Amino acid sequence: MNFLLTIKIAIRGLLSNKIRALLTTLGVIIGVSGIIVIVSVGNGAESLIVNQITSVGTNLIGVLPGGSEEGEPPSALFGIVITTLKSDDVLALKDIPGVVAVSGYNNTVEPIVYQNQSVESTINGVFASYPEVEDALVEKGRFFTEAEDSSLAKVVVLGHVIAQDLFGDQDPIGKQIKIHNHSFRVIGVFEERGVSGFSNDDSNVYIPSQTMHKLVLGINHIAMARIKVDTADNVAPALEEVKAILRSRHGITDPSNDDFTARSQAQGLSTLSNVTGSIKLFLAAIAAIALIVGGIGIMNVMYIAVTERINEIGLRKAIGAKRKDILSQFLTEAVVITAIGGFVGIAIGVMVSFAIATVIQYLGYSWDFIVTADSILYASAIIMGIGIVFGYAPAKKAAELTAIAALRYE
Amino acid sequence: MLLQTKGIIKNYITGDIETKVLKGVDIEVKKGEFVALMGHSGSGKSTLMHILGMLDKQTDGQYIFDGEDTSKFDEDELAEIRNKKIGFVFQAFNLLPRTSAIENVRLPMMYAGEKEDYQIKRATELLEKVGLGHRLNNLSNELSGGEQQRVAVARALANKPSLILADEPTGNLDGASTNEIMELFDQLHKEDHTILIVTHEDDVAAHADRIIWMKDGLVSKRKK
Repeated sequence: MNFLLTIKIAIRGLLSNKIRALLTTLGVIIGVSGIIVIVSVGNGAESLIVNQITSVGTNLIGVLPGGSEEGEPPSALFGIVITTLKSDDVLALKDIPGVVAVSGYNNTVEPIVYQNQSVESTINGVFASYPEVEDALVEKGRFFTEAEDSSLAKVVVLGHVIAQDLFGDQDPIGKQIKIHNHSFRVIGVFEERGVSGFSNDDSNVYIPSQTMHKLVLGINHIAMARIKVDTADNVAPALEEVKAILRSRHGITDPSNDDFTARSQAQGLSTLSNVTGSIKLFLAAIAAIALIVGGIGIMNVMYIAVTERINEIGLRKAIGAKRKDILSQFLTEAVVITAIGGFVGIAIGVMVSFAIATVIQYLGYSWDFIVTADSILYASAIIMGIGIVFGYAPAKKAAELTAIAALRYE
Repeated sequence: MLLQTKGIIKNYITGDIETKVLKGVDIEVKKGEFVALMGHSGSGKSTLMHILGMLDKQTDGQYIFDGEDTSKFDEDELAEIRNKKIGFVFQAFNLLPRTSAIENVRLPMMYAGEKEDYQIKRATELLEKVGLGHRLNNLSNELSGGEQQRVAVARALANKPSLILADEPTGNLDGASTNEIMELFDQLHKEDHTILIVTHEDDVAAHADRIIWMKDGLVSKRKK
């Protein structure tokens, strides 16, 4: 049987009932465009997070308290508080060859008061070498010193945006602001670092780590540490050294008992892609449900087509169509309908993804527009699969009709 | 001898009721004959025609077509025999909708696996023969009833069949179109085609060499 003619007849059949064709293919269009958009938005969000992580600086090693499996996110990321990592642990990492700077991190969200204004802000307790670790530049004034850190000095460095929010055109340097009922002297303002990802460093304030521990939080552990290494080549040996030092300080002999997770930025990125990968998979599964519903729509319409065209099937059988001829004809029609819906869906999905990326980029985020050939290939394969799977039962029904029953059907 | 039936019986079972439609039919049709099959509705003439066309199977009895007992063939083999050896013309024309005249005529050749060039050449010749050389690419719904039935005749001839089976071919046509179609059958008869036509119109049956009368599931008498 002539394949092209079958397709031609299928398309003519579709065009003869445009509203039905539209409704039939709508399910497939929604499902396919959904998959394309979800995968693209997933990739875009991943690019946003990756851009944020790399914007923190390069050649970084991160340490979180609590152990974790290779490639899995550490438990500290899920809000579980572990108190085993101390400031001295972090300071001990400073002398590793290749290490430029280290900083511990704690943060909390509290109101910051200047005169009668109050602004909620993230307060970061960090080490004096924080600007070196994060490649952050102080625009006005200065950052605090190690001596100020160890003497619990009540000094604060402001992010660019919060400095403007609180002080407007005034010079903030030397002014007193209130954090946690203590008076802090503003000694510096960072230059603008830009919005990246979910956090906005420009709206944060920075105080010495020891001051944070003793006067604000009343704790003595570090929530996270970052270690800046001079060159990319030195990252891997420094990472091993970090692990060795922390193990010896914590009396750990078996690495599987580690009470910390130390990873380089590169490892962190691959962990992240594991996490975002499973989120994407989950979202794609939802879109797949839409596709299955679309497939059931196709099946329904193919059953209607078989009943409507039962006399045609009888005629075809009378003049010599075998079972496989009828089967392949109706399967082809199902696949053609699905394919038309599918390709419209791909086109819409790409356009919507592009629109989303454009809007987000316009808002100032570093979001990449990503539609991979993979996702289009998978979508096409799924479309064909749906056409065949859901077209099979109706086509089989048509093929099994006897010539006389089909011809006489009224 | 092209076809021969021996004691053909056909029973239909609907629910618990068995209806005897054919009660032992013996007929013969020779090559080149033009035979009319007549009878009142319910006489079993359509059922017999379906069995002769291998669209349906008899309950009992023997049907020998072209020297072979048809009971040994399965569904797909019967499809192939219908394709190669029988040309059907139906009362309702049964052309494919939204499909051009030439594509309709090509259809049996496609199922026969003929080459495309040949299909187009043969379909064009046949449509010219039935007087539709100027309407090759008109869609079936753009043709009049008489024209549609002529396309159907051209389609029946596509694979050079041994037997043309026409089931009330003029039943849906007006007088003028009926005459055109019957002239076409006369011409085919002259060209030595074997034709079996089911009809209840005496005028139509008058074109045949011979009439087989059906009554209550049996052959009742033969005319001419």
